[in-house]
Amino acid sequence: MGFEINGKTYETDEEGYLVNLAEWDEEAAKYLAIEEKVDMTESHWEVVNFLREYYNDYQIAPAVRVLTKAIGKKLGPEKGNSKYLYELFPYGPAKQACKIAGLPKPTGCI
Amino acid sequence: MAAPQFEVPKLTGNIEIPAVKADASAHIKSFPANAGIQEIIGFPGGAEPGELVDGWHDKAIAKMGDLLGRYRSLQVFMDACVHCGACTDKCHYFIGTGDPKNMPVARQELMRSVYRRHFTFAGKYFPSLVGAKDLTKEVVEDWYKYYYQCSECRRCSVFCPYGIDTAEVTMAGREILDTIGYGQKYTNEIMGKLHKIGNNLGLPGPALQDTLEGLEEDMLDATGVAVKLPLDVEGAEVLLVTPSADFFAEPHVESLMGYGKVFHASGTSWTLSSKASEAGNFGMFIGSYENTRRAAMRIREAALELGVKRIVVGECGHAWRVAYSFWNTLVGVGAGGADPFSIELQKQLDPRYPAPQHICEFTNDLIKQGKLKFDKSLNDHRVVTFHDSCNVARGSRMGDIPGGQFIIPREVIKAVVNNYHDMAEETIGESTFCCGGGGGLLTDDLLELRVKGALPRMEALNNVVEEHKVNFLALICAICKAQFNKVVPFYGFDMSMVGGVHQLVSTAILLEKEEE
Repeated sequence: MGFEINGKTYETDEEGYLVNLAEWDEEAAKYLAIEEKVDMTESHWEVVNFLREYYNDYQIAPAVRVLTKAIGKKLGPEKGNSKYLYELFPYGPAKQACKIAGLPKPTGCI
Repeated sequence: MAAPQFEVPKLTGNIEIPAVKADASAHIKSFPANAGIQEIIGFPGGAEPGELVDGWHDKAIAKMGDLLGRYRSLQVFMDACVHCGACTDKCHYFIGTGDPKNMPVARQELMRSVYRRHFTFAGKYFPSLVGAKDLTKEVVEDWYKYYYQCSECRRCSVFCPYGIDTAEVTMAGREILDTIGYGQKYTNEIMGKLHKIGNNLGLPGPALQDTLEGLEEDMLDATGVAVKLPLDVEGAEVLLVTPSADFFAEPHVESLMGYGKVFHASGTSWTLSSKASEAGNFGMFIGSYENTRRAAMRIREAALELGVKRIVVGECGHAWRVAYSFWNTLVGVGAGGADPFSIELQKQLDPRYPAPQHICEFTNDLIKQGKLKFDKSLNDHRVVTFHDSCNVARGSRMGDIPGGQFIIPREVIKAVVNNYHDMAEETIGESTFCCGGGGGLLTDDLLELRVKGALPRMEALNNVVEEHKVNFLALICAICKAQFNKVVPFYGFDMSMVGGVHQLVSTAILLEKEEE
């Protein structure tokens, strides 16, 4: 499974998540966003970039609360809540934004 | 992720027994695990996910023989059923889908027919007379589909005159499937993360530390009191083992902060552990004794290393079943063991307290001793009902009186809220309906099943919403929280109505400000 953009192939799992994190680039993110029916705006990129930074530091996506707090600090307190994140990523910020950011799907009892 | 392509059941005000619709959920199948995932937890895998290993037929029958020998219960369950049908309409997945293979008796029959073929005289020589079946690839496929359309909630067993426990049959079915390379991706991948990293989420120590510090900041901001969430503190009195979702997900973290406030207000020294950073134990879901034990051993090791006197378990349904019912023989937590392995831990734990102890029991004891102070009116914006989690209700107990697992969480709730209403009696307590996402089914690839399986609980909830204006569904299980958070919107409810019992405690508890 996978997809191809400009001759570069990206391997994905059953649910469309990138298998190799290192393959991720902006082109892949744009493709994954279209698949998710998410129209990428500046605000979406802020979230995606934060996720990738956090993952680099901690080898896992941030907890929802960590994410909302960071977004609140960056974009203003009125945006530091999960309602705002659900507006950006209606099928769940943790799962949908992670997919676009090229991170593995968070699983567990969540 | 496209919008779901299935019809959401309509709420009618009653839990209705559906007309049978053959194969109504035959298209619902969770992703099988690949060989890499299988290997980590000690099972084989084929070249492609779900591909059966060479010699799968004989290996499956041999495994069935092994399990029949190991578990007398399974042998009895295979022989005892008289097909009376008392269980047929008791399963939430049958009620939600109408697929006859989701009738518990039919789900068991998938295995029982193969059992008769290979393990009974009549079935060996006159198979067609006794409904005995060969284990074909089609039968294996049905096993995979329908053993992963059972949440092992055990509601059917309450109504079985012989006490046959479908959950155990499902667990055996899954273990046999794992043995021939047909594991489930969701459960087995998580099991592997628990073995490798220490929790279902795969949350490494530094990320856990960072997350806890963030929550401490939040509590300080909100209350003005420095409530701590200590990690890996040697010599603490209490080790709290809680599902890793409590560190990560909403609304789970609200309960984690609630536990922290209870420990703080009562002056109890406590710690979380990065090694035992998961209460959940998916090993039970797949019937694997080896995986269940390996996961539980982390808790024993953490307890010994940290030198704690008590072990308390957070809001997690199946974890509590494993802890309450199996930890004593698995890892020596709990009274009764006279062997050196058990004694090593027993002599460290404080015998004045139950080992393990449920967080609700812990909090309730403090409430009764008057050690916690609440302002119930802080919860006055909420009208609360409580959903009994299946594994707590039917797989364990709490406290020292029969039915304590039903009484204690409700006592805690009533101590912190003014507005409480139970749902209909036949849907709570011992007869509680599963949330629809338990037993390893809490995965997006089973969303249709989860939504439909939640139907009876949604009917009961809707009735108290309409009658009493209930707006908060209180839970003591991470799976229930995640499941309801996802599925209540399909039935027209707001996901913010889903939360934990200790979230309610957290809202109402009064913390004394330290003197300046």
